[in-house]
Amino acid sequence: MPDVTLTVDGRKITAPAGTLLIEACKSAGLEIPAFCYYPGLSLQAACRMCVVRIEKVPKLATACTTTVSEGMVVQTETPEIQQARKATLQLLLGNHPLDCPVCDAGGECELQDMTFKYGAADSFYAEPKNHREEQKWSPVVYFDRPRCILCYRCVRMCGEGMDVFALGIQNRGSSSVIAPNVPSQLAGLLNSGEDQAQLDCEQCGMCIDACPVGALTSGTYRYKTRPWEMNHVATVCTHCGDGCKTTLGVRSVTDGSEIMRADNRDKSGMNGDFLCNKGRYAFDFANSTDRLTAPLVRKDGKLTPVSWEEALNFAGKRLRELRDQRGPESIGVIGSNRTTNEENYLLQKFARTAIGTNNIDHHRTADYVGFAAALAGRVDATASQRDVLSAPAILLVGGDPTQQAPLTAWNIRSAVRLNRTRLYVANHQDIKLKRQAKAFAQVAEFGYGAFIDSLAGSEAFATAVRAEEKLVVLIGNELRGADLAKLIAVFPAAKVALLADYANSRGAADMGLLPDALPGYQALGSSAVAAEYDAPAAPGKNLVEMFDAAAAGQLAALYVVGSNPVTRYNVDPATLKATFLIVQDMFLTETAILADVVFPSSNLYEKAGSVTNHYGDLQLVSKAGDRAGVRSDFELIVRLADKFGHDVKQLVPFGKRQAGIRADMGQTRGAQAGEADRHAVWLTANSMEPKLSPFDPFAILDEIQRLVPGYDKLLRLQLLSGNDQHLAPAAGSLVQIANRNDLVLPSNDTLFTSGSLTAYSPMLQDVQRHESREVADRLAAD
Amino acid sequence: MSTIASSIFTPDTAARFDKLATIYPLKRSALIPMLLYAQDEIGFVSDAAVAEISQRLDLLELDVRNVLSYYSMLRTVPAGKYNVQVCTNISCMLRGGYELLDHCKNKLGIGHKGVTPDGLFSLEEVECIGACCWAPAVQVNYDFHDDLTPAKMDAVLADYAAGRGKDVK
Repeated sequence: MPDVTLTVDGRKITAPAGTLLIEACKSAGLEIPAFCYYPGLSLQAACRMCVVRIEKVPKLATACTTTVSEGMVVQTETPEIQQARKATLQLLLGNHPLDCPVCDAGGECELQDMTFKYGAADSFYAEPKNHREEQKWSPVVYFDRPRCILCYRCVRMCGEGMDVFALGIQNRGSSSVIAPNVPSQLAGLLNSGEDQAQLDCEQCGMCIDACPVGALTSGTYRYKTRPWEMNHVATVCTHCGDGCKTTLGVRSVTDGSEIMRADNRDKSGMNGDFLCNKGRYAFDFANSTDRLTAPLVRKDGKLTPVSWEEALNFAGKRLRELRDQRGPESIGVIGSNRTTNEENYLLQKFARTAIGTNNIDHHRTADYVGFAAALAGRVDATASQRDVLSAPAILLVGGDPTQQAPLTAWNIRSAVRLNRTRLYVANHQDIKLKRQAKAFAQVAEFGYGAFIDSLAGSEAFATAVRAEEKLVVLIGNELRGADLAKLIAVFPAAKVALLADYANSRGAADMGLLPDALPGYQALGSSAVAAEYDAPAAPGKNLVEMFDAAAAGQLAALYVVGSNPVTRYNVDPATLKATFLIVQDMFLTETAILADVVFPSSNLYEKAGSVTNHYGDLQLVSKAGDRAGVRSDFELIVRLADKFGHDVKQLVPFGKRQAGIRADMGQTRGAQAGEADRHAVWLTANSMEPKLSPFDPFAILDEIQRLVPGYDKLLRLQLLSGNDQHLAPAAGSLVQIANRNDLVLPSNDTLFTSGSLTAYSPMLQDVQRHESREVADRLAAD
Repeated sequence: MSTIASSIFTPDTAARFDKLATIYPLKRSALIPMLLYAQDEIGFVSDAAVAEISQRLDLLELDVRNVLSYYSMLRTVPAGKYNVQVCTNISCMLRGGYELLDHCKNKLGIGHKGVTPDGLFSLEEVECIGACCWAPAVQVNYDFHDDLTPAKMDAVLADYAAGRGKDVK
């Protein structure tokens, strides 16, 4: 649309015609207060806070519903407007409790801020306040009715944004109240103050985030702390593969730093406003009392806490012995879907160069080798998460993003709602996104091959999809190998993405946690990485073969980092009887309990590094939480390598070995104050940072950037400033494997499960119980 | 046409609902008439009625409840056989509406929104019923009684109690 020029508070501003006045002012840096207005949701015009004076308009007008027009003259902050806003606030405060000192939102409440700004300290309203008891809608959503100012943000967020429609508005006038979709059999319980009533929804907590006041509060955070007592660290969620940025509020406690809450107050991430249930609440595993906080070594058949020195010495020496006695081929390494790229890279480098074996694998949740191979030779062919939001047309084949990749589902819904994106869905199930689909193709289970063939045909679905010029193809992890390649080949001009299950599933594959491919899917025998590694050219054992070898007594040792293959692959514990097992994990999992040595490790919220989401978007992970007694997987791998007898500088380039890169410390006092900072700026500008220790993950990032195709394009400044950047796998010289066994095992997580972490998150357990048992029981009893 | 297999309503009402769902450009516009007809038949809007209406109009039960709770003339609990609605808005108030209301309260022994133990009468204080010219006025079910005094009111109530009153639904 053409731009129009208008005058706001004496300033000339320009905005595209059709822009809402409130948005045009925001872009020009002029804040117009509003409670009910929320970008991206339908207009409500319920609160009257955004009133402005527009010349030649007889009355004050709402800026949230007025579109800009040429020559408009607007005043946003005159005594008249201030008086109007003050009056609105006085009415809102008429029934609003003054429990700000204990309210969760105290300090970050829009009503509080506005009252402060407009000074509505006194009220003409003398009647007693209409108090109602608070309600527990679900384990994670509480509603304090009198605090509600009826802005309807939650109702619209739940309906339009989440497509759940769990909230409504009941009664009239001053007795209006937000009501949940509690079944009528349970409504009585809710009103009688019993707290077992169950809001039937996706438990995402978006209503809480949208709430401008403290009416909706979070079950895991309420009455725990004050907003200003926390430090807020923006990092990447550890759960699904979407890579949402989540802001963790952390507070010091005696044994480290406890995560109090997660939200998305930092809206700079690719998830914008959005967070799902797991991103918002399922950080609680980190605070679990079941966490391991001391290394364990098996003594007389029992796992016994020992010192770090003893455990590392024992594990390193024994691993070395076994490697020397029984050969590198008798040792296996299993990596994780939730560790950083740096850790994954380091782990496979340790396996390949220190131990000297290609027996390295991880729990694969999507066929990224097949994906990279299918895209070989194509540039600019992969979609980023942000492309989903702006795509004019999307084809979703397989998968169920609503359950498995909630941000992708949110972006698809937003694109359909706000940009009229055309969504085509092909699935073997009636997935929820069918409701947004322009066309739906029913696929037989395991029948995706036939479906792909039908795309060349003349059916309405196929012709409509083929007619799309700019298409984003999202592929579920049901599609692998030949089917995946065939589907990608159907759309030579489209941007494609393959959806996986965990925070760094893609990174694990990219970093070469694979027995038959080096980092960047490079061939074992002939590539830049291979030349530098001097590793065996023959493919190693994959995860299943490792356990087969263990059963046959041929696996001398197994090193498992942040993974629980015993449960995941249903391994008989007796299989590992004769294997020396080293496990790094947060908890005593089914795998860890069989181990000879267990190292307590930190999780993704307690370390720094980078992760790659399933689209290939690289993001920075920052350390938020901390737990005394645990160490990062990066540090553990380095220390184990050291005790193994490997030269650590060969593994991690740090310190003075590389010319020109030095630590510049000790210059921050006296006349040289600031020197270190300036030096850090210089280093950053030259894609370098001071690498002081072998435990600094950025020490290995240089090597990743140098050696891993695809990651050579990464911009260090983008990464360090917390922005996401899209990386595509290399277009050429990839590993070529015919009839490869892809070994993909989708974990089929739902909104309320997250692999092995599910068991350690009280919140997830709580929500699952409420979903399955309490509501069902009560409904049955009535 | 969204005919419901096992409607809780009489065949006549069910047929009427079938038609109602088709005559508005937006199906959900039929919601308020449907709620009123359902209330006339059952005496109040029951959970089962909410469920069936939401099914008929492709709405969520929550949507139906949102509308249902907005209107004071729609009720979710049974009223008496004769629902006495006393107007106390300005014309009736000036002409003795409150006296009439108090008189009914004493006479029937129930308060606002109350139901007599035998289920015969219920009492409600209502906003303007549009009979200002003949204030004070009372509406019993859908029948109007106007220009009332406490004595006249006694006669009206006695007629209903004796089964002589019109039973307009």
